[in-house]
Amino acid sequence: MPTTFTLNGKPVTSDAPGNAMVLWVLRERFGLTGTRFGCGVGECGACTVHLDGDPVQCCRLRLSRVGGREITTIEGLSPDRSHALQQAWIEEEVPQCGYCQSGQLMQAASLLAANPSPTRDEIVDHMDGILCRCGTYGRIIRAIERASAVNAAPAGRTR
Amino acid sequence: MNTRTQSPPREASQSRRTFLRKAGGGLSFVVVFGPAGLAARRTDSPGTLDAPMGADAPDSPAAEHPFGAWVRIATDGQVLIYNPAAEMGQGSMTALPVILAEEMDADWEKVRIEHSPVEPAVYGRSWGGRGRGGSMMTAGSMAVRGYYTNLRLAGARIRRVLLDNVAREWGVPAGELATEPGVVVHAASGRRISYGEVAAFAEVPDELPGVSEAELKSPEDFRLIGHSVARRDVPAKTDGSAVYALDVQVPGMLYGVIARAPVHEAKPASFNEDEVRGRPGVAGTVRLDYGVGVIAETVEEAFAARGAMEIEWGGGARAEGFDSVAALAAYARIADGDGDSQGRPVSESGDVAGAMGEAATRYEADYFNDYVYHAQMEPLGAVASVNAAGDGAEVWAGTQAPDMARAAVARELGVPVEQVTFHPCYLGGGLGRRTMADYIVEAVQLSRSVRRPVKLIWTREDDLQYGAFRPMSLQRLTGGVDAAGGLTAWTHTVVGDGRGLLASGVSIPYYDIPNQRIEMRGDSHGVRTKHWRAVGHGPNKFAIEAFIDDIARGEGIDPVELRRKLLRGIPRAVAVLDEVAEMADWDGEPPAGRARGVAFVERSGTLAAGVAEISLDEESGSIRVHRFWCAADGGIVVQPRNARAQIEGGIVNGLSTALFERLTVRDGRVEQSNFHDYSILRMSDMPDIEVRFLPSDEPPMGLGEPGVPVAAGAVANAFAALTGRPLRHMPFTPERVLEALNG
Repeated sequence: MPTTFTLNGKPVTSDAPGNAMVLWVLRERFGLTGTRFGCGVGECGACTVHLDGDPVQCCRLRLSRVGGREITTIEGLSPDRSHALQQAWIEEEVPQCGYCQSGQLMQAASLLAANPSPTRDEIVDHMDGILCRCGTYGRIIRAIERASAVNAAPAGRTR
Repeated sequence: MNTRTQSPPREASQSRRTFLRKAGGGLSFVVVFGPAGLAARRTDSPGTLDAPMGADAPDSPAAEHPFGAWVRIATDGQVLIYNPAAEMGQGSMTALPVILAEEMDADWEKVRIEHSPVEPAVYGRSWGGRGRGGSMMTAGSMAVRGYYTNLRLAGARIRRVLLDNVAREWGVPAGELATEPGVVVHAASGRRISYGEVAAFAEVPDELPGVSEAELKSPEDFRLIGHSVARRDVPAKTDGSAVYALDVQVPGMLYGVIARAPVHEAKPASFNEDEVRGRPGVAGTVRLDYGVGVIAETVEEAFAARGAMEIEWGGGARAEGFDSVAALAAYARIADGDGDSQGRPVSESGDVAGAMGEAATRYEADYFNDYVYHAQMEPLGAVASVNAAGDGAEVWAGTQAPDMARAAVARELGVPVEQVTFHPCYLGGGLGRRTMADYIVEAVQLSRSVRRPVKLIWTREDDLQYGAFRPMSLQRLTGGVDAAGGLTAWTHTVVGDGRGLLASGVSIPYYDIPNQRIEMRGDSHGVRTKHWRAVGHGPNKFAIEAFIDDIARGEGIDPVELRRKLLRGIPRAVAVLDEVAEMADWDGEPPAGRARGVAFVERSGTLAAGVAEISLDEESGSIRVHRFWCAADGGIVVQPRNARAQIEGGIVNGLSTALFERLTVRDGRVEQSNFHDYSILRMSDMPDIEVRFLPSDEPPMGLGEPGVPVAAGAVANAFAALTGRPLRHMPFTPERVLEALNG
C-alpha cells in the first residue's frame, strides 16, 4: 500500500513496502542522497532527519511509521545553504570528509530550533550521538556557537 | 529544471533516466548522468569536484585551451586545474591546485577544479624517487609534499607560455612583462591583457618551456600558499550535495550485497542457491572466493535475500580458530626468542651489548596494542556497469588509489585499462582502507554477472568484520643509562603480524642514543591487516614515548628536559619541543586533579610534539583528556587553517585509539560488529586542541598523520605523572586503568 507523507514541504507518495527503512526510501527512491548510511542500527547519526521537527535516525525508521507525517532532510534545511548553521559550517570550515555532516547539521538545527542560545554543555549533550571520524567536533561546537550568536543578534545588526 | 507542482510526486522509477534531486528547496526532476551520457563524455574529464557531480557542472560557453596536462584556460578567463589526489577530507583537492595557481599567478576566483584523468604516467607522483613510476595513490601524507615541486614548476611553465605569447603579440621582450593574478602586464606601456584573452590566440608548444627551481617564487611573494584559501569541497558538504560513491545512481541500476566469510578468506562450499534466486526481485547470485553476492531490484530485496542465505563455509582458512587475546599474550615468548628467534634487524648502530653491560641502570618494559579498525564513516561500496560484451566497464568509486583500482578492474575483466572508465567520487573517509580495491572489484564481479549496473553496498557490519586492521603488536623496549646519566643503549623489538605495517616509526634517528638495535619478529594469523592512518607510528611511538618517560621518572629528570637532551643537534626538533612546552605552560602547575604528559614524534617528515592534560575518575577508571597542545614543524604550510584541522583530526584519531578502539578475534571471527561494541571518540570525549606550526621556508612535509602518533604517548605519560603508574596496553580502557592502579 502506498505511503503518503510530506517531504521537505511537499506531499509525496512511495510504493516501497511499509517495512522498508526510510533512509533507503529517501536515498534510492527519492534520490535525496544527502542523508547518509553510516551504521544501519541507529548508532552513528549520519542518517539524522527531522520527523515532525524532531531529530530521528531514519536508518531504523520504517516507512509505515511516517504516513501523514512530515520529514525534513538536509536538502530541505534551506534552499541555498542560507541556514545560519550552514553558513557557520562554511565559515568555520567544519567538514573534512563530510560524510557525517548532514546528520550533524540536522541534529544541530533541531537544537537551535528548541534552544536558540545553547550553552556548550547543552551543545555537547545534544550532539553526542552523532559520530565524526575526522575529528571535526571542536569546529562543530564553534559553528553552532557562531550560528546561535547570529540568531541572537538583534535585527539589522549582524555580528 | 521542471518543478513538479501538480499531483504529489511519486518516487522516481528505477528505469527512468531521471531522479529526484534538491533544487530550490523543493523536489524537481533532473536528468542524471548515466552510462550513455558518460560514454559521450570525455574520459579525460571525469567530473568536476567543486560542484555536485553531474548536477550543475558549469557549462562554460567559452572555448577552453589546454596549457599542458594540468591546466585549461578558457577565453573568458576561467582556469581549470586538474587535481590528481583523492579527496577524503584532507583537503588536498584544494591545496594542490593552490600550489599550481600560485606559480601560474592565476586569479583564484576564476579557478575551477576537476579530478585529473586516471593516468598515473602523467598525473602520478614518484614513490620516494626510486624509479617506481608514477603513482596516484593518496596515502602516507604524501599528496602535498609529493606534488609540491612538480606543481610549482607546472604553474611556472604555464606562466612562461603566457608571457612568451604576449611578448610575441606585442613585440616586446618577455623580460619586460610581469603578471598579476590572471593578467599579464607591461609596465613600460601600461598595457594589460587577461589570461583569457591570451588563451584566445596563444600558441602552446607540445613541450612546455623548461623552468628551473631557482626561477620559482620566493616564499615571501606567495599570495595563495600559506594564506588559508577556502576549501572548495566544503559548501557541497553542508547541503548534502557532495557525491560519494554510495550516492551515485545510474539508470537500470540494481543493488548488490555480499555475505562474506565469518573467518577471513574462508571459501563458500555451498549455499541455498535456488531458494535465494527464487526470492522476489533477485536478479542473480555470484559465488566469490570468500563470499556469496546477491543482486536484486531494490535495496530491501537485496538485504532480505542476503538474510535468507544459508552458506556452508569450507574449512582450512588460515585464521580458523584464531584467538587474538591469546596470540597477543604469546607474543612475549616470541620476543623472548622462541619461534622466529633471529628477528629481522631494522637498524643497528654502535655496540648495544657492550653499552648495556656497562650501564649503571637498565630499564625494560613491554607495551601492547590491540587490532584497530578503520571505521571511516562511509561504509565501502561502489557502482559498476560492465558492458554487454563483458569487455569494458564504467566504475564510480571513492578510492585512495584510482590508478590501482582501475588496473585491478581491467585485470578482473581481462581487458586493457583503457576499457575501464573510472569516475572518482568523494571519499567518506579513507584512513588507508581505501587504498585497497576489493570493494571495487566486487562491484564489477556483481555487475558482470548480470550485465547491468550494480551498486554494491557494504553494511557497517560487513565493513568492520571483513576489514583489514591495524595489526596488534608487542613492543619490547630496553634501555641502559650510564653512570653519568646518559641514555647510551636502546633496544626495541616489535612482534606481530604485519611486517611493514609494524615497522613504520620504529626507528628513532632523531634521539641521540649511540648504541641502538631495533628488530622485528613476525607471526602470521590470517587476519587481514592494512595501513591505518600513520601506520606503525601509532603503536610504535606510543611505546617509545612512554618508555622515554619511564626512564625520565627512573632518573628523576623532567620528561621535556630528557627529550631536549636527546634531541640535541637537531635545532628544529628542540624548537618544536620548546614551543609545545610554552603552549602548555609545561613548567606551571596543572589545575588540581590533572596532570600533563609530553610526546615527540617524527612522521612523514614532520616533527611534532604534543602535550596532553588529563584527569582520572578513579572509581570507574575512565580517563578524561581536557586539553591537547601540539606544535609541529612541517616546512611550508600550504593551507594553514586546513592543516590545523588535519593535525586536530589526527590527534582525535590518536586519542580514540588510545582510549577506546579495540577489535578482537575469537575462534577466527571478529567479535565486534558495529559502533555499539566498537567505540570511537565522541564529542563528549573531545578535548580543547590547540595547534601551532613553526614558521619555515623548507619544502612542505606531510601533515595528515603526525597528529596520530603524538596522542597516545602524551596521554600515557600524563597518566603516569598523575598516578605514578604506567599504562602499557592500548587502548587504555577503564578495566586496564583500574588494573594499572591496583596492580
